[in-house]
Parts: sequence; C-alpha cells; structure tokens
Amino acid sequence: MSDTRILVIAEQEKGHLSSATARVMDAASRLGGPIDVLVAGSQASEAAQKAARLTGVSVVTSVEDSAFDHMLAENMGSLIVSLAEPYTHLLCASTTSGRNVMPRVAALLGVGQISDVIAVESADTFVRPIYAGSVLATVRSLDDKKVMTIRPTAFEPVGEQSAASVSSATSTGDQGLVTFVDEQLAGGERPELGGARVIISGGRGLGSAENFRLIEGVADRLGAAVGASRAAVDAGYVPNDLQVGQTGKMVAPELYIAAGISGAVQHLAGMKDSKVIVAINSDEEAPIFQVADYGLVADLFQALPELERKL
Amino acid sequence: MKVLVAIKRVIDHNVRVRIREDHSDVDLTHAKMAMNPFCEIALEEAVRLKEQGIADEVVAVSIGDKSVQEQLRTAMALGADRVLHVNSDTAVDSLGAARVLAEVVKRENPALVLLGKQSIDSDSSQTGPMLAALTQLPQATFASKITIDGDRLEVTREIDGGLETLAMSLPAVVTTDLRLNEPRYAKLPAIMKAKKRPIESLEIDTLGVDVTPRQALIRVDVPRERQAGVRVDSVDELIDRLKNEAKVI
Repeated sequence: MSDTRILVIAEQEKGHLSSATARVMDAASRLGGPIDVLVAGSQASEAAQKAARLTGVSVVTSVEDSAFDHMLAENMGSLIVSLAEPYTHLLCASTTSGRNVMPRVAALLGVGQISDVIAVESADTFVRPIYAGSVLATVRSLDDKKVMTIRPTAFEPVGEQSAASVSSATSTGDQGLVTFVDEQLAGGERPELGGARVIISGGRGLGSAENFRLIEGVADRLGAAVGASRAAVDAGYVPNDLQVGQTGKMVAPELYIAAGISGAVQHLAGMKDSKVIVAINSDEEAPIFQVADYGLVADLFQALPELERKL
Repeated sequence: MKVLVAIKRVIDHNVRVRIREDHSDVDLTHAKMAMNPFCEIALEEAVRLKEQGIADEVVAVSIGDKSVQEQLRTAMALGADRVLHVNSDTAVDSLGAARVLAEVVKRENPALVLLGKQSIDSDSSQTGPMLAALTQLPQATFASKITIDGDRLEVTREIDGGLETLAMSLPAVVTTDLRLNEPRYAKLPAIMKAKKRPIESLEIDTLGVDVTPRQALIRVDVPRERQAGVRVDSVDELIDRLKNEAKVI
C-alpha cells in the first residue's frame, strides 16, 4: 500500500471556515500521514488562511470560484476527483454537505465510502454507528483510496499552529448540471445546532410557540443553540430544522438541556452522546431523567425564567 | 414521464435490533422486515406525481434475494405500475447497489429516479449520490419539496442550517427526506390484487457490474448505555453543579 496521505475537504461560507473542520482534522491526525486541506468557493482564500492555522495541516489548497458555493455536489465532486490522485484518504464532515458530496466522489473514483465515522482504529479500520446508533460497527475498508465522512461531534477540535502554506489549484468550474436558487437559514445570531457547545431544547411541555421564548431567553444567556423535540416540531411550535433526534439533527454538545421533553427513543438517539445532559420536566416519571446527569423536577414556567435570571 | 423508485428491504423500524453473541454481526433471524421508511416516502412521491398527471409510469426496483419480492408487492399495492427484482443471493453494498441501479436506469430511461435518503439499517446515505455520479445526472439529496415544470425540476433540500432550493433539468436523481410527504397505507383490495401481478426478475450477474463489497465487517457492539445521574432540588443547585461539578458553564 502507498504511504498514507490525507486530504480534508473543508466547508466554508463567505470566508468563514466551518467549525467542523478542526474536528475532522482530529480524525485525520489519527490516520498517520501528512494532511492537506481543500477549501473552495467565493472568498475561499480567507477561509484557507484559517485552515492553515489548524494543528497538523501541511498544505491548504484554495480554489476561489463561486461554482463551489453551497458545496454543490456536481461541482465539488469534479474538483475533489481532479485533486484526489496523490491521496490515500479523502475526509469530509458528515454534515448534509459532506453526505451529499462524498458519495458522489467515491462513486466517480470507483470506491466505497465509510460514512459517519466516530472512531479511527487504524488507517483502514473505523467505527461507525448503524441502526440509528443502536449498534456500532467496526469496518475495514478494502479500497486503496478511502473516502470517509466524519461525525464531527465524535472528535475534539485540534488546536492552532503557525500558519501552513496555502497554494491554489485550477478550478474545474461549473459542471452546468445544477443551479442554486435560494436558501432559508434559521437561527440568525445563535450558534448552529451541529457545532454548538451548549444546546437547550424545548418539547411539547412548553405548550405553545410563544412559550419557546423561555427557551430562547436561557439560550441567549448561555450562548446556546436552540433545539426541539419532534413533538414540539409536529405541534408547530418551531420550524423543523430545529429538531434534534433520529430523524432530525444528531448532536453531542458539552451541555444539553432538555426542557419539557419526555425523552422518546427517537429524541434520545439524537442527543445521548452529549457530555452532560440536564433534564427539566414537571413529570418525574419522564424517561428523559434516565439519561440525564442532572434532573430537575419543576414547572418549566417557573424554572426557565429563574434559570435565565440567575445564569 | 417515467419515475423509477429504488426500494430496500430492511428490519422494521419498530423492532429493536440485537447483535449475535459472537459480535460478528447483527442478528436478523426471525426479525420482522419491511420497506425502508425513506423508500416509502420516495414511492409515495412517485405515486403522487402520477396522480397529479406529471408522471405516467412508476417503476419500483429492489435488489436482493427472493424475499425482497414481498416489498415489491407492497410497492405495487401502493401504486407502482411495474416492479423489477434484481436477484442477488448475497447482499450488495451502496456502490454495488448504485452500479446495479445505473444499469437499470440505462434500460428503463426514467426522467426521475427517487430513492430514500438513507436506509435505516446501514445508515450510510450513499446510494443516491453514487447513482447520480455513475449516470452523470444532477442530484438533489434530502428533498423536502419537489416541483416539476416540464423538464425543469426544483428541489428544496433539508440542509444543516435550514433549507436550500436547487434547480436542475430532468433526468435527475433525488433522495427523499422525512418531511417530503406522509406515505399512505396499502388498502386490502390493492394488496390482494398485487399478489397476482407479475414481477419482472433478472439475475444480478447478467448486468456485468462489479458488486464486490468494499468493506469487511470486523465486529459489532452495543454502545454503552447512559446511566441516570442525580436529581437536583432547585435551579440554584442545578447552576451550582453545572458550574462547579460538571464545569460546563
């Protein structure tokens, strides 16, 4: 087998490097071998400067071309394949972008993909969750080139180094297959669920969309992202992109606060890997207490404002 | 226009998965099997396109041994006009499935291929984009809304920060997310009728594609269960413990 050489495909938007990149770097550093990073899109060179300072990066390749904005799979796929030749491992975060682009890359290269890796055992053996995380599979890749997506929350962000060199590569351009129309992004000031250090989620117990303000109040105190259970989404309290769970976002923040969430299996599947879980619920029998490090049996409408005041 | 829907037979989503004592694999013996829920959504969307007069034929395809015919019959009961069984005694992985489906696309020439965004067993989320790559078609994964106007397709996708809309020309490959639609249930007369309808079958080795698995399963484990922690009596105690014990705020 050829010597290990790794390419990390970073996501960036308007010069902002995705926070998942530092975590993918942690996974990459466990493979053994030099690690290069690819950053593409408008203002890629700004994000490339940030990527160059991540510990362990050898060379950052920057491709500044709007064809790669929004990580369009057809355009990103062609670009990655054009650069893939010297690498034994191609890594991307298992975000919706990574899961969109990387299988396309794998198929164009004629290799399989290892999805959603949560642990690196060796350069060819990895652990990944299957059956919605109820089973962990250890798999060995039989391909010479390993195309992988990495679950960012399963790895720690690497630190900083003095900047590595940044080079540029030829754009493969727009493949002319897909056009971006528009996007509706939620959140605004608050951090995104996927990368948040602290998340506070509300459930059906809040009773209405208006009452979600109680969650937001605490979130703003903590600099936390806001999430929701499927029940809260189905009841129309919040838009569905806030849903944490098996069918929504899988999160693993340092602190997860579940308020008024009973703890259905489908919700637990999406947050049980959080470092510290707090449950606040008026029903002391709620299953959420069985996974919570700290449980507070209380009326949300008193506890949440008190929490906001005292934090 | 013709819509091709790929169907995967998986363990029923209500069944709790067990692993074998020797950790060699999951144990599916006697487990209730069903159509992958995301494939049900793909099929439902295809049937709705037909009901709206946008599609004129819905073809469902599944890869596997004879048992997948059960899900293909369900597909017929739910509204598929024709079903195709690609017979394979061994399981195929995502790349293998994508290569088989690419051959089926060549033969069937559909305007739209619909697949579930992932199967609830392997959770890989690969086959759709791999098929798009192999057929050189545009792709839209995690669709929550599909609009077709002539040969123009607009797909709203569920992305990490919210929603994104892409436009492309047909033919295209689309994978379906949970909120695209709510699948119907099959009605008894349709189920009875589907039992008598023919299933086209072809052997996987006649397609001339390499479906050798790309990964070896070394072992499976059950993740460590989380234990319940402590009950706190007040908001003050909670804040104190989060600050001084857990040190997370």
